[in-house]
Amino acid sequence: MDLATIWFLLIGVLLVGYAILDGFDLGAGILHLFVARDDTERRTVLNAIAPVWDGNEVWLLTAGGALFAAFPPVYATVFSGFYLALMLLLVALILRAVSLEFRSKVEAPAWRATWDVIFAIGSFLPALLLGVAVGNVLRGVPLDAAGDYRDGLLGLLNPFALLVGLLAVAMFTLQGASWLVLKTEGAIAERSRTAARLGWPVFAVLWIAATLFSSQDAPGLWDNFANPLAWLVPIAFAVVAVAYPLALRTRRELLAFLLSSGSIAGLIGIMGVSLYPNLVPALGGASPSLTVGNASSSDLTLTVMLAVALIGMPIVIAYTAFIYSRFRGKVRAEGHGY
Amino acid sequence: MDAVLLARIQFAVTVAFHFIFPSITIGLALLIAIAETIRHRTGGEVWDRMSAFWTRLFAVSFVVGVATGIVMEFQFGTNWSRYAKFVGDIFGAPLAAEGVFAFFLESGFLGLLLFGRERVGSRLRTFAAWMVALGSTLSAFWIIVANSWMQTPAGFRIVGDKAVLTDFWAAVFNPSTLPRYLHTVSSSWVMGAFLMTGIAAWFLLHHRHLGVARASLRLGLTVAFIGAALMFVTGDNSARQVANTQQAKFAAMQGLYTTTSGAPLTIWSLPPTQNPADAPEGPAVVVSRMLSFLTYGSFTAPVTGLDQFPQDQWAPIMPTFLAYHNMVLLGTVMLGLMLFGAWYLYRRSIEYHRGWLRLAVLAIPLPMIAIQLGWATAEVGRRPGSSTA
Repeated sequence: MDLATIWFLLIGVLLVGYAILDGFDLGAGILHLFVARDDTERRTVLNAIAPVWDGNEVWLLTAGGALFAAFPPVYATVFSGFYLALMLLLVALILRAVSLEFRSKVEAPAWRATWDVIFAIGSFLPALLLGVAVGNVLRGVPLDAAGDYRDGLLGLLNPFALLVGLLAVAMFTLQGASWLVLKTEGAIAERSRTAARLGWPVFAVLWIAATLFSSQDAPGLWDNFANPLAWLVPIAFAVVAVAYPLALRTRRELLAFLLSSGSIAGLIGIMGVSLYPNLVPALGGASPSLTVGNASSSDLTLTVMLAVALIGMPIVIAYTAFIYSRFRGKVRAEGHGY
Repeated sequence: MDAVLLARIQFAVTVAFHFIFPSITIGLALLIAIAETIRHRTGGEVWDRMSAFWTRLFAVSFVVGVATGIVMEFQFGTNWSRYAKFVGDIFGAPLAAEGVFAFFLESGFLGLLLFGRERVGSRLRTFAAWMVALGSTLSAFWIIVANSWMQTPAGFRIVGDKAVLTDFWAAVFNPSTLPRYLHTVSSSWVMGAFLMTGIAAWFLLHHRHLGVARASLRLGLTVAFIGAALMFVTGDNSARQVANTQQAKFAAMQGLYTTTSGAPLTIWSLPPTQNPADAPEGPAVVVSRMLSFLTYGSFTAPVTGLDQFPQDQWAPIMPTFLAYHNMVLLGTVMLGLMLFGAWYLYRRSIEYHRGWLRLAVLAIPLPMIAIQLGWATAEVGRRPGSSTA
């Protein structure tokens, strides 16, 4: 396997890590207006994500840095092309961070209610926008002769990308519900369980719809499935996704969360298999697609980065696991927290 | 106003606003770790409350720092995509390394420090505080590597339309990395320490949280004094690096048009103009031959002036000169203030010097202004290029 392909995989791993981890706190943010009704309940939800959410966001930062380092033209094309969508994403992430820190510092109910709504919007928008961005990358983007995308924000809002956007919202919401079922008790946990029960079929339908639609709108995504081995990924995804409601019903909360995380990994895995070797398929023929072959950094850079990843990531994963283990168990509103 | 200028302004505003927060967190992280260590050793209840108080302030700065940092990282792609393509082979790696080696460490253990007070033992809590400090200090390293490579590029060659890495360690430890890193970190210690000292002084003036305030004043003032003195060491080191490897920038900083043997040090003067013919004649405070001595250790050594460079490659001289000189001036004021403070602290009379306490409150923004001026010197001084040797 060549270095560029290894980096294709590693960036996939970083994105999976991001989607699983920030997925549950974005999902908790999307859900909290519905599953937590009063101030104590809201603070309980916030405390369920408090110690870990900004660490989770670091996965996005690192995935961005890794993409920049390993595939600079992809970073340049996607980030400058999707300008407004990304700026909106940043605004949402900033508002979300600020609302988390600010909401509980003042007692006034109106203050808290306002930040709660901002927190919900700031959690919903990143899920949607990331989904739309990924949907567009999957579908391919029209690149001009200079390799630039120039159709603006409206060009991103095509039906397939919007469908993937909704799929991402459903996926993160389900992940958030699974986390809250695991971390809370009583009324919040019951409402989250209901959200998960109702959310799962929505997620499944959206996934099937996106898959069917892709055969019309982005047939290139099916090329790799001529190889029977490629089917292992969607099959694994399907098994994990189908097991999820069973775990939920039998109240195996940790297992349900792991299965939800597994289906996120599976979904991103399917996208990776569909894309490879492309990173950004080009539409229109004015410019070639960006691939692991033509868009990667030099072998030296990729090797150095691989060393960074192989030394750094095991350490990161070890202490992250340790920190999560310190916070295991149900959370409450009182004590140190928001 | 064209789009490139707007994009420059946008990036400058983003970076300047962003850096407010890391400089506070790098400084506070060290102070919190020291406070946690004292708490662990002595079991002092005051230090416990004190570290809890500062950790909450730290958390707010950290969160905004991360959020604005993502904006900065994204802008390399959104606004500077040509630049990203040109230097991506070199420039992306430190940004990724920053995430892997620094931000995960900082954010992970901050969660433990903030929310795990009842869940972990005293020793582990102290460890977490040091890991947060290590993470924040390392994060500065990687971003300074990236920026220093823009100042003094090394370890690469140009292949076709892009720069390709040829020697990773040469790129990382390019000539300006270490001097600028040490200067950045020590300035951040000063920032955090001035914040701690100023807020503690305010509490003392208003008779609030006296226990926490006294402990904070002692720690903050000590670090502020040492840090402010260290600033001159690291600043001197950094200036000599500029003199040796970025001579055009150094000449603009000093306002030196012509190459001079035994060049004088300008402490204060009317700002120099872009065109030497318009240079103002007016009062100035200069120390003759001092620039040559400070830079090269010899009162007669020649210092390269702007005349050695084509005029279209000069940096904007007036802003570079003003930013640099005001930064040094502020540094001197800050060291003077803390010199008095340290003396009062040593004499155990600090709480009676209410005038000094008031000044300490007013001085909170000074390190931040000096830091911003320092960045202006570094960044305006290397114009017109995006990356220039």
